[in-house]
Amino acid sequence: MKWFDYAAPASVAEAVGLLTAHPGARLLAGGTDLLVQLRAGRKETDLVVDAKHIPELNTIGYDGASGLTLGAAVPCYRIYKDKNVTGAYPALAEVASLIGGTQIQGRASIGGNLCNAAPSADSVPLLIALRATCRITGPRGSREIAVEDFCTAPGRTVLQPGELLVSLHLPPREPNSGARYLRFIPRNEMDIAVAGAGVQVVLENGRFLSARVALAAVAPTPLFVREAGEALAGSPVEEASIATAAEVARKSARPITDMRGTADYRSHLCAVLTRRALEAAVSRARGKN
Amino acid sequence: MKTQEYTVVGTRPVRHDGADKVTGRALYGADFQMAGLLYGHILRSQHAHARIRRIDTSKAEQLPGVKAIVTAGDFPQTPDRLVDLGEGDTPLSYARGNVLAKGKVLYKGHALAAVAATNVHIAEEAAGLIEVEYEALPCVLTAPEAMQDGAPILHDDLKTKEFGEQTGRVSNVAEHFRHVMGDVNAGFAEADVIVEREFHTATVHQGYIEPHNATALWNNDGRILVWCSTQGSFVVRDVTACLLDVPVSRIKVTPMEIGGGFGGKINVYLEPVAALLSKKTGKPVKIVMSRKDVFEGTGPTPGSYIKVKMGARKDGRITAAQAYMAYEAGAYPGSMVAPGAMCVFAAYDISNVVIDGFDVVVNKPSTAAYRAPGATNAAFAAESVVDEIAEKLGADPLDFRLKNAAKEGTRRADGPKYRRIGCVEVIQAMKNHPHYSAPLGGPNRGRGVAVGFWFNVGLPSSCTISVSADGTVNLVEGSTDIGGTRTSIAMQAAEVLGIPAEDVRPTVVDTDSVGFTAVTGGSRTTFATGWAAYEAAQDVVRQMKERAAKIWETEAASVTLERGVFHSADKRLTFPELAAKLDQTGGPVVGRGAVNPRGVGGSFSGCIADVEVDPETGKVTILRFTSVQDAGKAIHPSYVEGQMQGGSVQGIGWALNEEYYMNEAGSMMNSSLLDYRMPTALDLPMIDTVIVEVPNPGHPFGARGVGEANIVPPPGAIANAIYRAAGVRMNRLPMNPPAIMQAIWSQRD
Amino acid sequence: MHAKVRVQTTINGEPQEFLCEPRQSLLECLRDILGLTGTKEGCNDGNCGACTVLLDDRVVTSCLVLGVEAQGCQITTIEGIAKGSELHPLQRSFLENAALQCGICTPGFIVAAKALLDQQPNPSEDEIRLWLANNLCRCTGYDKIIRAVKQAAEQIQEVNA
Repeated sequence: MKWFDYAAPASVAEAVGLLTAHPGARLLAGGTDLLVQLRAGRKETDLVVDAKHIPELNTIGYDGASGLTLGAAVPCYRIYKDKNVTGAYPALAEVASLIGGTQIQGRASIGGNLCNAAPSADSVPLLIALRATCRITGPRGSREIAVEDFCTAPGRTVLQPGELLVSLHLPPREPNSGARYLRFIPRNEMDIAVAGAGVQVVLENGRFLSARVALAAVAPTPLFVREAGEALAGSPVEEASIATAAEVARKSARPITDMRGTADYRSHLCAVLTRRALEAAVSRARGKN
Repeated sequence: MKTQEYTVVGTRPVRHDGADKVTGRALYGADFQMAGLLYGHILRSQHAHARIRRIDTSKAEQLPGVKAIVTAGDFPQTPDRLVDLGEGDTPLSYARGNVLAKGKVLYKGHALAAVAATNVHIAEEAAGLIEVEYEALPCVLTAPEAMQDGAPILHDDLKTKEFGEQTGRVSNVAEHFRHVMGDVNAGFAEADVIVEREFHTATVHQGYIEPHNATALWNNDGRILVWCSTQGSFVVRDVTACLLDVPVSRIKVTPMEIGGGFGGKINVYLEPVAALLSKKTGKPVKIVMSRKDVFEGTGPTPGSYIKVKMGARKDGRITAAQAYMAYEAGAYPGSMVAPGAMCVFAAYDISNVVIDGFDVVVNKPSTAAYRAPGATNAAFAAESVVDEIAEKLGADPLDFRLKNAAKEGTRRADGPKYRRIGCVEVIQAMKNHPHYSAPLGGPNRGRGVAVGFWFNVGLPSSCTISVSADGTVNLVEGSTDIGGTRTSIAMQAAEVLGIPAEDVRPTVVDTDSVGFTAVTGGSRTTFATGWAAYEAAQDVVRQMKERAAKIWETEAASVTLERGVFHSADKRLTFPELAAKLDQTGGPVVGRGAVNPRGVGGSFSGCIADVEVDPETGKVTILRFTSVQDAGKAIHPSYVEGQMQGGSVQGIGWALNEEYYMNEAGSMMNSSLLDYRMPTALDLPMIDTVIVEVPNPGHPFGARGVGEANIVPPPGAIANAIYRAAGVRMNRLPMNPPAIMQAIWSQRD
Repeated sequence: MHAKVRVQTTINGEPQEFLCEPRQSLLECLRDILGLTGTKEGCNDGNCGACTVLLDDRVVTSCLVLGVEAQGCQITTIEGIAKGSELHPLQRSFLENAALQCGICTPGFIVAAKALLDQQPNPSEDEIRLWLANNLCRCTGYDKIIRAVKQAAEQIQEVNA
C-alpha cells in the first residue's frame, strides 16, 4: 500500500472538517472492507480517518417510542449482544452474526457494510425491509435518507465530499410484525452472498397488512422490490400469496453471471429465498421464533 | 523385529515439538530474522501468454529504499541443457523460466522481476514502477483445447514424446503414453454391461495456510545460506545450485518449520531469486509470498479431462477397463498424469486394460504435486463409473468392489504386481462399519462409497543418533516435519532402543549437518526416515552391546537387549545405566543409518459419505463421513487418524467448492481465501476413521505410508452419494450448488 | 519524509510502545517491530484467522487492524496464553488430542478458542464450529480441534468447580 496518514477525530464536526479538507481521505470503521481494498489497489487514500472515537458513530440508543439509533461504526459483535436489538429487532442481530465470521464480526460494522455499497451487502436488504433511514452529516449540515436510496451504483453512495454516515435509525417494531434476512452461500459462513432476501411483514387478522422485500447481489445496488410488498398487502397469509411475491421478486432481479453464480441461478435463488424469508418472517410475526 | 507387541510403536505420545507449536515459539520461515534484512517483492505477469518485449526498471530503481532489482538476465547465461531435478529430465531453461520468465510469460502470475528494498511496502511499490512492454498472445486454458491443431503453442521447442519415442512434432502435448494389458476389445465384447463417461475436473490448490517464503544470504565467503519453509531442504539446495550454476556444496539450506505443503512446497520458486538479490545487495533478502501470489505463482494441481469406459459381466466381474486421461501441466511439462494412470484402476483386478495418458501444457501456473497427485482426478472418474455399473447389475457397491478387488499378485496395467496389500481388508472394514448399514433418514439424502490407492515411495534418508550419559539420545534427521513425523521417527528409534519416546530428542537439521534426505512427501517420511532411524538405533545397540560385553568381560554375541535392558547370563544393565558408563568404556556412542528402502507398501483407502442435497439450491451438506485406510502399522495412531481426516477434508473441498475460476483471458478471478472456498469447521461433521493394519512385509514395523491415499476417494464417494440423494450423476468437479442445480434442471427437462 | 506514529498499548499484560507507519497492520507491528512472531500471516485479508488476537473484549484478525489503532488497547497474543511455564488447558488439550499437524493455524485457533471458553464455558460442538468458522485449518479436518476444545472446556470447568 502507498503511504497514508492517520487521524482519529473525537467529534463529528472534526471528522467533517478532515474529510472536507482532504478530498482523498477515507473513513475507517472496522477496516474489513477498506484495508482489503487498499491492499489490493482497488481504492487509494492519503488519509485514513478513524471513526471509532466519535461518540455518535459508536453508540446504540433505543427506546420503544422512537426506535433504534445505531451508530455507523458500531461493530457487529456489539449489535448481536445488545439486548434491545435481540429483543426488538432479532433479524438485525442475525444479520450482524452472519457477516464474515467471529473475528470479522469483532470489527465490521453495519454502517460500514452499507457505505461499502457492494450489491451483495448482507445488511442492506433487511435495513430496507425495516424502513431504516440514514443520518448523514457534512459541511452543509445534516440530512436523512431512506436506506433504499443510499447506494447508487456498485461501491457508490449519495455521500457528497465531506459527508459521513453518522447513524442508522430503525422505527419502533410494529405489533404482529416479523422480519428475516436469508442469503445463499456455498459454504456455511465466510462467503459473500450469491443472493439474499430481506423481508418484513406486518400481519392483521390473517392478512398481510404490509410487507417490504429487498434483495442482495442481483442488481447493481441492493434492490428494494416495492412491487413484491405491494402484492402482499391485503393478501391472505398463505402459500399462494407468498409464492406470488416470490415470483415478483424473481422477475425484478437483474443479476449478472460472475464467479459467485450465474444469472439464471441467482434469479432462481431470489424466488426461493424470498419465499423462505417470508415464511420465517410470518412465523416470527405470529410469535414463533 | 519379529515380535508384534510393541512398547512405543502404536502408542500416542505428545509430539516433541508440541510446546513450541502451541505457544507460538516455533519458528516458521516467515518468522526468520537477521540483522540487515532486506525485503523482496516479485513482479508478476498480468498476461496469460505474451512475449516480453522490454523490461525497464529505471523508475523503480530510483525509489528511495530500493536496493536491487533482478530479472531472468541475472541468472548465469549458461547454454541450455537437460537437468534432473528429481522428476526426470527437464530443460534448464524451463526450470529457470518458471522462477523468472525469459522471453515469454506463460501464465498470469508468472514471475518476471524482483525488487529488494528496506521494507516490504517499498519493494511492492517499486515493483509497480517497473515498466514491462508485452506483446499479448492468444492463450489456451484446457487440455482438450490445447491438444487441437491450431491451438496457441506455448513452447517452440516442446516436441511430443509418444510411446517413449520422440516424434519431433511441436505441440502442447509433452508426452503421450499408453499402458496395455490383455485385450480390451475382447473384454468389452464379453461384457453384459458397459458404461462410458466423460469427466472434467477444475484446477485446485493445495491450500496450505502458510505462504511460501525464503531468506537467502550470498555470504562474503561465497556460500549461499538459505532459510525457508520447504518439504525438501536438499531439493532446495540442489535446484538452487543448478539454477545459479554453483556446486551444491556452496549452498546450505536450513529448513524452518513449515506451515503445510501437501506437495506444493517441493518446487523451488523464491530461493534463487532471493539469492540473486542478496548477491547484488550484499545483504540477506527475505521474500514472502502474498496469498494471491500463492494462487497465481505456485503450483496447483492439474485440471483434467478424463474418459473412462468399463465393462462387466452379469456375474459381477469386470472384464475390461479403458481410460483416456488428458491432464493440464500448466505452463511447463510435468503434470502428474503418469501417477494418475497408475492409480486409476489400481483397486481392481482387471485382465484387459488400456490407459492413454497425455501431459499437456496450458497457460496456467505450472502444476505441482498435490497429495496423491493425479490419483484423485482419476478416482473421481473411475469410482463414478464403477458405481454406475454396480447399480446396473443390481449389486451392492462394496460387494461389487470386493468381487473385483486387487490382491497380492494382481498385476496393474502400468506393470507392477502387488505384493501384500490391504485392498480387500479396507473394503471389508467399510462393509463392517456401522456407518454403512445405518439408516439414512429423510428425503434428499444419499450415501456413496469409493476406494482409492497411492503407491507411496521410498527414496533415501539419513539419520544419526548419539547417546547421552543419562540414557537419553539425540536423533538428527533431515525430514522437515509437516505433520508430526519427528515424533513417529523418534518412536521407531525408541522402540529399538527400549527407551520411552520422550527420551529421544529428534531435531530436523540443515543440509550441512545430515546425510542426504529426500523430500517430506510421497508418504515416505515415517516409512523411510523412520527406517533410517531404525538402522541408526540398531547401530547404537550393536555398539552398546560391545560396551556391555567389555564391562562383563564376555562376547558381544552373548549380550541381548530386551525392553531396554541389556542381559548376559545373570548380568543386567538398563539402557541408562550402560549409557552412564560409555565414557569409561571407550567414549561416545554414535549410531548411523542411511537407507534407500525398497520394501515400499502401497496404501488403499476408502470412504463412506452421507450427504443431503437441498433440491431448491443444489447445496450439499455432508451429514456423516467415515474414512478407512490401510496403514500397515500405525506408528502413532493419532497422527495416522489426523492424516486420514485432513486428506478427507481436502477431498471434500475438492469435491464441492474448490476451483480456479478463470476468465477467458486466463486470469484467476478468485485468488483469495474468500472466493477460493476451502471447508471451514462449520461445513463439516466429525470425520470418523478406521485404521486397518495389513503389515507391509517390506518395513521393520510393517508401516505403509499413509499421508496421501485418503484424499483419493472422497470426490468419487460424494458424487455417488449425490446421485442417490438427488438423482443426478455429476461429471464435473467441483460439484458446487449451481452445477448441481443445473444438473437437476437438465434432468427435469 | 513521512513521520511514523508512536503507539502506546498493552500487550499480554505488559505496556508496550513502538513506532510504526500508519499503513502497517497490527499483525505487521506484532511480528516485525515487536518480534512477537507467534501470530501468523496466512492471507492478509481476514479470511483464514491465522493472525487472530484478542483486542480488548473480542477476537479480531490482526491483519485488518492498523497498528495505530492499537493505541490504548489491551491485546493478547498467543505468547500471552500460557501462564509462565504452565500451559493453558487449551494448549495441553491440543497436544494431548493431536489437534495440530503443521501447527501454523494453531496460535489463531487457541486464541479464538480461549475467547470462546472465557465467555461460554460449556459450548456444544455446533457452537464451537460456528465460533471457529473464521479459522481455517488445512491439515486436520477440524475433528481433533473440536475435540480438544471440548476437552479443555471440561477440564476448565472441573478446576473451577
